[in-house]
Amino acid sequence: MISQKKIIEVKNLVKKYDDLTAVNDISFDVYEGEIFGLLGPNGAGKTTTLEIIETLREQTSGEVLVEGLSVTTQKNEVKKIIGVQLQQSGFYPNLNLTELIKLFVGLYNIETDPMEVLELVGLKEKSKAIYQTLSGGQKQRFAVATTIINKPKIVFLDEPTTGLDPQARRNLWELIQNIRDTGSTVVLTTHYMDEAEKLCDRVGIVDAGRIIELDTPGNLIDNLLAKGFTREEKLKHASLEDVFIHLTGKDLRDE
Amino acid sequence: MNNRETKTVHTYSQFKATLSITKASLRSIVRNPSSVIFTLLFPLIFIIVFGFIGSGGSARFDVGFYSTSSNNNQLFHSLITVENFNIVLDLTDEELNSRLEKGEVDAIFNITKNPAGTLPEYVLEIKTNKAKPEKSSLIRLISGQVLSNFNISLVKEQPPVAVIKQTDIEGRLFNTIDFILPGQLGFSILSAGVFGTAFVFISLRENLVIKRFFATPINRNNIVLGEALSRLIFSITGSVIIIGIGHFLFGFTLVNGFWTFINMLAVSALGLVVFLGIGFLVSNIAKNINAVPPIANLVTLPQFLLAGTFFSIDVFPSWLQPVSRAMPLTYLNDALRKIAFDGATIFTLPKELLILTVWGVVIYFFAVKFFKWE
Repeated sequence: MISQKKIIEVKNLVKKYDDLTAVNDISFDVYEGEIFGLLGPNGAGKTTTLEIIETLREQTSGEVLVEGLSVTTQKNEVKKIIGVQLQQSGFYPNLNLTELIKLFVGLYNIETDPMEVLELVGLKEKSKAIYQTLSGGQKQRFAVATTIINKPKIVFLDEPTTGLDPQARRNLWELIQNIRDTGSTVVLTTHYMDEAEKLCDRVGIVDAGRIIELDTPGNLIDNLLAKGFTREEKLKHASLEDVFIHLTGKDLRDE
Repeated sequence: MNNRETKTVHTYSQFKATLSITKASLRSIVRNPSSVIFTLLFPLIFIIVFGFIGSGGSARFDVGFYSTSSNNNQLFHSLITVENFNIVLDLTDEELNSRLEKGEVDAIFNITKNPAGTLPEYVLEIKTNKAKPEKSSLIRLISGQVLSNFNISLVKEQPPVAVIKQTDIEGRLFNTIDFILPGQLGFSILSAGVFGTAFVFISLRENLVIKRFFATPINRNNIVLGEALSRLIFSITGSVIIIGIGHFLFGFTLVNGFWTFINMLAVSALGLVVFLGIGFLVSNIAKNINAVPPIANLVTLPQFLLAGTFFSIDVFPSWLQPVSRAMPLTYLNDALRKIAFDGATIFTLPKELLILTVWGVVIYFFAVKFFKWE
């Protein structure tokens, strides 16, 4: 399913802030059509790396190519083919969702029906609602909606499910898989391992500004087991989250 | 999802992207109660309040006649029946002069019969206090109005029987609204420019709205341009409404009709651009949104009080007048009044427009220097 065509190439990326090295010589490739995850604890450098690829920050050194375009010298060309959901982002105050989508439609210079976009993320009924009045899950879905307006080749999602309830997380996972199925490559960051295991084709584990492992979730687990690792306590065949979903249902709550 | 139709325009137009920001921003401004209150409601309330208080809506001036004045004629009777004039009687010439100097009397008239016996038959001399240029110009305006009525009623299509010695300005009746409205227009533009921009821009920055824009292909400067454009449209629309209500409901005089109106809007636009710069500057030097009100008030309040918004700068003590004369709003108000009173145009106000422009250049220099995107 995943081609071997490199859509993002990150080479020896370094980002220093005064005396802090946030990104310390990171290199990796993302292949067209995959869901690629950057995992790591808070402050590991995931967001900085992502924002350099998104052209929002300048690296200290190193090179990043997106579809062969340099994020340093061809910023606007890169911006046209990517969709970006920031870890925190706000939207213009006092505008309803339809009007916000129209704003982005103008910013990308495209023509598309806002209702279709909202329908894709399940917010059609909220088309006249003000962003600030949405629930956490709805806000995240809307932020994702703004990333697909321009039918981007790559969608970047920075901690898309942080702070969401289990139903909203599962709903967002489906949405992310749908985006990949329409042909976009997805790059996301998370610190939820179950999320990475469920969604990502390949993951890079980032710590202290470096990528310490990069492989498919399956291979990473197998490698660990091959080293003789066993869980201290044998896992039951269901988790508490399974209980929760079983009891409360998988449907999204009326947020 | 696959069958979603998206047509991509091949050449990216920054202009189109800018307009989409303008459109969104305009929607947001109109729905924000505080911008509507400051730009429209407050100025209109002041216009209504000041339009109704004060002597019957008209400006009053204390005027006297010299003992040498030839008063046994129709011109004298016309002058003393003017509603704006409060005639001071029973004073000697010396007393009149000293009161004029103290500002207790606003003007002294002297009517002389033309000794040559030719037309004009009468000459009206007006002595005013140089320290009160605006009052003086108003008194001349009103007197001119009297003279023109006088001419028409007495000698149609003949040389005038009387002339004002200094000037021959087109006269008209002057109401309080004619002074108040330009000042309120200036205030409206100042508050729209400073408050409307500083608050919104800092909150767009703090809430990462601008950062999200950066992830789209619009150029940074076009984001600011789009925002500026929406404020220009909003504020000029506000000016149209204020002038319109003033003109049709409260008798605000547009000397040369539509042309005066257009000139007022043009000067308003220049003023707004200057004050937008202050708004951007405030949003950039404020550390966070809580720091905006004190800084913005520090910039606007003194101008609100001292730049001739409510009263003429002449009423301030002489040590304070240079402070007033340094404020950009003073020149916007002056320009608006000269257009409204004297029928001046943007082509005949080099001093006011130049000083405003210089202010603009200085403000934008610092606004660009301190500009913060995040």
